[in-house]
Amino acid sequence: MRWMWIDRIIEFEANTRMVAVKAVSPNEDYLADHFRDDERGAALPVYPASLMIEGMAQTAGILVGSVNRFRENVILAKVVLAQIDCDVFPGQSIRFEARLDRIDKSGASTRGAVHRVNPPETDWQPIGRIDLMFSHIDTNNSGLDFPQENFVFAESFRTILREAGLEQLADT
Amino acid sequence: MTETESVVMTRDEIFQAVRSIMEEALGVDEEEVTLEASLTSDLEAESIDFLDIVFRLEKSFSTPDHPFKIEQGELFPENLLENPEWVADTKFTEAGMTMLKERMPHVDFSGFENDREVDKVAELITVNSIVDFVERKLTA
Repeated sequence: MRWMWIDRIIEFEANTRMVAVKAVSPNEDYLADHFRDDERGAALPVYPASLMIEGMAQTAGILVGSVNRFRENVILAKVVLAQIDCDVFPGQSIRFEARLDRIDKSGASTRGAVHRVNPPETDWQPIGRIDLMFSHIDTNNSGLDFPQENFVFAESFRTILREAGLEQLADT
Repeated sequence: MTETESVVMTRDEIFQAVRSIMEEALGVDEEEVTLEASLTSDLEAESIDFLDIVFRLEKSFSTPDHPFKIEQGELFPENLLENPEWVADTKFTEAGMTMLKERMPHVDFSGFENDREVDKVAELITVNSIVDFVERKLTA
C-alpha cells in the first residue's frame, strides 16, 4: 500500500509540466497530531508541510517518470528548496505545479510552485516553492538487485493517471 | 573583439559563477567555497549533489550559440569498480591511475599515487577542479 498525497492530476503537458490538486479533508487522521494554537489557545489542525513536499514529489515524480513512459524507477533524491510561506487548513485545497527543469540518464531536476485555495474563494494563492531532484536508480545502482517490476510506479499511480484521462501513459 | 572572444570568460569570472553554483547546490556559505575546498570532504557533497552541480553548470555556462553539455561520467567517471583492469583490492592499478589522469585532467592526482583508494578519489575533486573543468570545456 502506497499513500498518495495528491487527489487528481488536472493538467499535463508532456515532458514539460504537470499540475495536481489535493483537498485537505478534516477527516484525515494525521491532523489530530499536527496543529498549532489559534488566537484563543485552542488546537488548530494544520496540513503538514512535509506532506506538501511529498505531494510535490509525487506530482513531479510522475512527470519525470512519464518522460520515459515509466520504464525507470524514479526516486526522490534531493530537496533542493522547500519554502512554504503560510499554513494550509482543513477545508482548503493545495495545487502542485511541477515543471521539468532538466533530465538525463542519471536523473532529473524539477521546479515547483505551491498554491492554496480557500473555498468558496476560487483564486489560487501562491504559498511557496519546492524544487526537487530525482534519481533513476536502475541506472545509478547497477550493482544492486532490484525487482523486475517497477516498484515506484505501482497501481496507485496508474489509477491516478487513468482518472486524469492519461490512460495511454498508465498502460505502457 | 571577435565573436569567439566575446564568449570567453576569465578564470575569476568562472570561479565566481562556480562559487554561486556551490552555494546554491550544497547550501554552503560563500567563504567556504575556496579553490582548495574538496566537494565531498569540505563541502559535504553527496552523489546526487554531483548531478545537481552538473545540471547547474550546464545552465550557467550555456549560451544560445554555445550549449555547454556535460556527458554522463565526464566530470567524474562512473562504475569504476566494474573494471578489474582499473581496480584491484579497492585500490587503483597502474592502468586505473592512467585512466583517471586521462579522463580527469581537471583533477590533481599528485598526492594520490601512494594512496589509490577508490573510496577516496571523490575527495580529490575540489572547487579548483570544477573551475579547471569549465575553463577547459569553454576553450576547447
